[in-house]
Amino acid sequence: MLREEELKTFVDGTTRYFEVAAQQPATIGSPYLLEGEPAMQDYTGMINISGKREGVVYFTAPRAMLTVLLMKMQESDFSHESMRDLVGEVANTISGNARRDFGHDFVISVPSVFAGEKPQIAQPSGARAFVIPIHWRSHSAKLVVSLT
Amino acid sequence: MGTAQETVARRTIRLLIVDDSNIVRRRIERSQQFDELEVVGTAANGLEALELARRTDPDLVTMDLTMPQMDGIECITQLVRFKPEIRILVISALADKATAVEAMERGANGFLNKPFTDRQLNDAIAELMY
Repeated sequence: MLREEELKTFVDGTTRYFEVAAQQPATIGSPYLLEGEPAMQDYTGMINISGKREGVVYFTAPRAMLTVLLMKMQESDFSHESMRDLVGEVANTISGNARRDFGHDFVISVPSVFAGEKPQIAQPSGARAFVIPIHWRSHSAKLVVSLT
Repeated sequence: MGTAQETVARRTIRLLIVDDSNIVRRRIERSQQFDELEVVGTAANGLEALELARRTDPDLVTMDLTMPQMDGIECITQLVRFKPEIRILVISALADKATAVEAMERGANGFLNKPFTDRQLNDAIAELMY
C-alpha cells in the first residue's frame, strides 16, 4: 500500500513538471485520501502501473488550465488532440520520474486519455487513492495516485 | 593568407525526432538552436522511426522510450544494427539509473530526462555532436 511518505515522490514530480515545462511553479495542496468517485475534470491522462507495485496514476485538469499551459509551452495548437496529448504527457512524465525513487521495476504503461467520458479505472483492491491538489495560476487540477 | 577554399564548410546534421507526443516532438523541433541541424523526420513510435531512418539517413536521433507498438529500447537496438555510427539521444521521463544504463548498453550515446529546458536539450545535443 502506498505510504504517505512515498507521496513526496509524486508531489516533487508535479512541482518539477510545472517549474520546468511551464516555467512557472505550481502550488501543491495537502494530499488527501479519496473517498467515493474521483472528481474528473475535462481531460484525464492515466498511467497503469505494474511490476513491483500495481495501480494507477492519473492527472485530471480543466481545458482552461491546459490551454494556458500549452501557451506557456509556446504551442499554438489548442485542439482537442493537443489537450489529450498534454494530459497524457503530464501523467507519463510524473509517473516516469517516480522511477528515480521506486526503481526499474515500477513499470509504467503508455498513457490512456479520457475526455468527457468516465474513465475505466482499474484500482487494485485494498489500495488507497491519494489526491494531490495542484493549483497553477488561477486553475486547479488533481493528480491521483493509487498503488499497492 | 586566408582564402575561401580554406573555409571549412560546416556539415548539416540530419535529425530524426522520435516521441509519441506531438507536443514533445514540436517542442524539440522548436528548441534546437543549431544552424547545422536539419529535422529530416518525426516519428511517433519505434516502428515508424525505423522506417523513416532507412529513408532519411539521420545522423542524430532523439528517442523517447515509452511508446506504443515498438518502444525506444528495441528501436535503439535495431537502429544501431542498421547504422552503427548513428548518434542517439534518449529523451525520456524514466528517471531510474538502470534504464539509462540499459539504453546506453543498447547503443544510445546520451540521456536527458523529461521535463527538460531548451538549454538542457541544446547542451545535450552539443555534447553528442560537437
